[in-house]
Amino acid sequence: MLELIANHGILAAILVLLGLALAFGALLGFAAERFRVEGDPVVEKIDALLPQTQCGQCGYPGCRPYAEAIGRGEAINKCPPGGEPTIAALADLLGREPEPLDGEAQEEPRVAYIREAECIGCTKCIQACPVDAILGAARQMHTVIAEECTGCDLCLEPCPVDCIELRPREPDAWHWPRPELIASDRHDPPIIAGAASR
Amino acid sequence: MSRRFDFPGGITPPGRKAQSTREPLREAPLPRRVVLPLTQHRGQPAEPCVAVGERVRTGQVIAHPQGRVSAALHASISGTVSAIEPRPIPHPGDLTAPCLVIEGDGSDEWTLMPALDWRATDAETLHRRLAESGLVGLGGAGFPSQVKAGLGEHHAIDTLVVNAAECEPYISADDMTLRRHAAEVLEGARLLAHLLGAERILVGIEDDKPEALAALNTAIAASESTPIIELKVIETRYPSGGENQLIRRLLGRQVPSGGLPADMGVICHNPGTLRAALEAVRDGRPLISRVVTLTGEALARPGNVIARLGTSLAELLDDAGLDRDRLARLVMGGPLMGQPLARLDLPLVKTANCLIAASAEELPAPPPPRPCIRCGDCETACPVALAPQRLFAFAQADADDKARELALFDCIECGACDYVCPSHLPLVAQFRAAKDRLRHKDAEARRAERARHRYECRQARLEREAAEKEARRQARRQAASRPASQATPRGGADGQEAVKSLRIARAAAKAALRKAERALARASDADAATLADLETQRATAEEHLKAAEARLEMAQAQGNGQDDAQSSTEERP
Repeated sequence: MLELIANHGILAAILVLLGLALAFGALLGFAAERFRVEGDPVVEKIDALLPQTQCGQCGYPGCRPYAEAIGRGEAINKCPPGGEPTIAALADLLGREPEPLDGEAQEEPRVAYIREAECIGCTKCIQACPVDAILGAARQMHTVIAEECTGCDLCLEPCPVDCIELRPREPDAWHWPRPELIASDRHDPPIIAGAASR
Repeated sequence: MSRRFDFPGGITPPGRKAQSTREPLREAPLPRRVVLPLTQHRGQPAEPCVAVGERVRTGQVIAHPQGRVSAALHASISGTVSAIEPRPIPHPGDLTAPCLVIEGDGSDEWTLMPALDWRATDAETLHRRLAESGLVGLGGAGFPSQVKAGLGEHHAIDTLVVNAAECEPYISADDMTLRRHAAEVLEGARLLAHLLGAERILVGIEDDKPEALAALNTAIAASESTPIIELKVIETRYPSGGENQLIRRLLGRQVPSGGLPADMGVICHNPGTLRAALEAVRDGRPLISRVVTLTGEALARPGNVIARLGTSLAELLDDAGLDRDRLARLVMGGPLMGQPLARLDLPLVKTANCLIAASAEELPAPPPPRPCIRCGDCETACPVALAPQRLFAFAQADADDKARELALFDCIECGACDYVCPSHLPLVAQFRAAKDRLRHKDAEARRAERARHRYECRQARLEREAAEKEARRQARRQAASRPASQATPRGGADGQEAVKSLRIARAAAKAALRKAERALARASDADAATLADLETQRATAEEHLKAAEARLEMAQAQGNGQDDAQSSTEERP
């Protein structure tokens, strides 16, 4: 047997390659079992890019379900609270073409506000809030924990007396302004850039 | 000096300290009215504990600290609280902020805390005393001192550095403090070294302060031998007074990017802070005044004064002979890192170490910026070895993430790059804006993360409620069906399988809960928002566990029910 292999170089090569294939196959099989990841890691990454308002404007009941849907091939332009930056980040992650936003872009972060004098204490908004940001009890006045509110507007619709409204979120702090610069240093004139590409 | 004991770059601008060091330290006149902003420190604003109309005495606490990083506030004159309202404060955005206003009665009646001998007092009392006295870093950063004094708990501190470098032009407050009170500064250093468990005190001072150096030498010679006090004279170069730069020059230790001096076993304190700490303990005197340098060509009598906090800057400068016609720029702090002030009716705050009333010739407005010529001078000057010209280009193009990759957050905003730039580009202003944008973005990301955790917690709760409801329904049905013994038996093996997988799910949920609890315990001294977020995650894990248990019980009850039903059918003939 050994003599046969030694005499036929091609046989030795095939046997060696076969052996390697089997060894690595076994190794990969073992690794796949041993280091198996539960769930889809891409969904986690997509979920981390979504704004987590849990507003359902994408047609899914929350950001996580939408992330799962994107993982299955759903369009990436259905998140109005995230707007263009989220679409760009998703396109970057998934290697897809960025599409224009499907829906109306949200200008600024908002929070729900309950006009407390009008609230009748029905608890319907509490049940609707996806992040438990409304505080109250039956027949007691309710209020929004502004710090936790994502501005998803899901509490507006169930309110029987329409006492909830969305207000712009209070800006968190003063920010350092961008220094004034001369025009030529700011960016290339767009007209020239357009002419060059044509 | 070896390269290990030096930082790269740096600049040597004209010192201009002589004009404010000619006259000895003097007391500023007692103000008629003080305006005390509730935020004169890093961290949370203090919470007022006096009402409008209440009479207060000098040194009485008027606002308590809130949260871990915060500082108390004390009345700096005796009189009546006349208002608690937003007033203009020294701020780069020229903003208003809540302030306490005290109308003085001119009597300056004091109320002091009991005096303590720090050598005979336990550490806990001393820490509490530092927190009660509203001490903050007087060098300009305004970090609450009790937080820094408590760092010895989690870090092994071997050296306390007294930062007497005072490298920025014009400022001479620490210099004058040391000339007059060197012994007290060293005693304060001993107190803090004792609290931190540091066995060595290192005084770092630049060689342009011979008088302060002489005073320090005398004080060290007269002092006791333990702990060891060492004096190191370094050559004058800006910014040796930067915490990390000074540590590098004195000890040859390099504080890592994003790290703290405490990670390298070092704590830095300003001489003024050390003296205030000693006074707070030895005399029971809270922080109600500070040494401030009044200088600039628009002043007839420049010098250093001990001024009560909350004194109007106009009053202080007028006392030093301000010529309003010559005043072109008013700067709080030094000319490189200080902030320009747009008005005079602002109060003196704890972090104001210097006021420069500059004439137009003295600190001329920078000429209009020209495009970057990539000369690399800023790179040579940068004491942190960054590439300012690249950071600037990225920050300007809104590529903030790229700037972050180039260690934007290691920039100490010293202004050396601005100083050397031949195109007069506003480099530091651009970096500050970019840092701010990044911080805002991070805050938004944390907010989204918190919302996600709260959403998950709610989902888990709803799931648990559904599982428990189902379990109860099942139990009721079984109770109702047992007498009739019409339980529809399913495959026993199938049930066994379900119970097994539910057991695994329960074990996983239990492990998750334990992990969340451990994370919560580890982060016990994190800020409130982080704690709340971790608590939400723990609650989520708990809900998952409860749901798993409810389902498991249900499955087991079902299994037993079947067994019961089977056994009862067997018993029956």
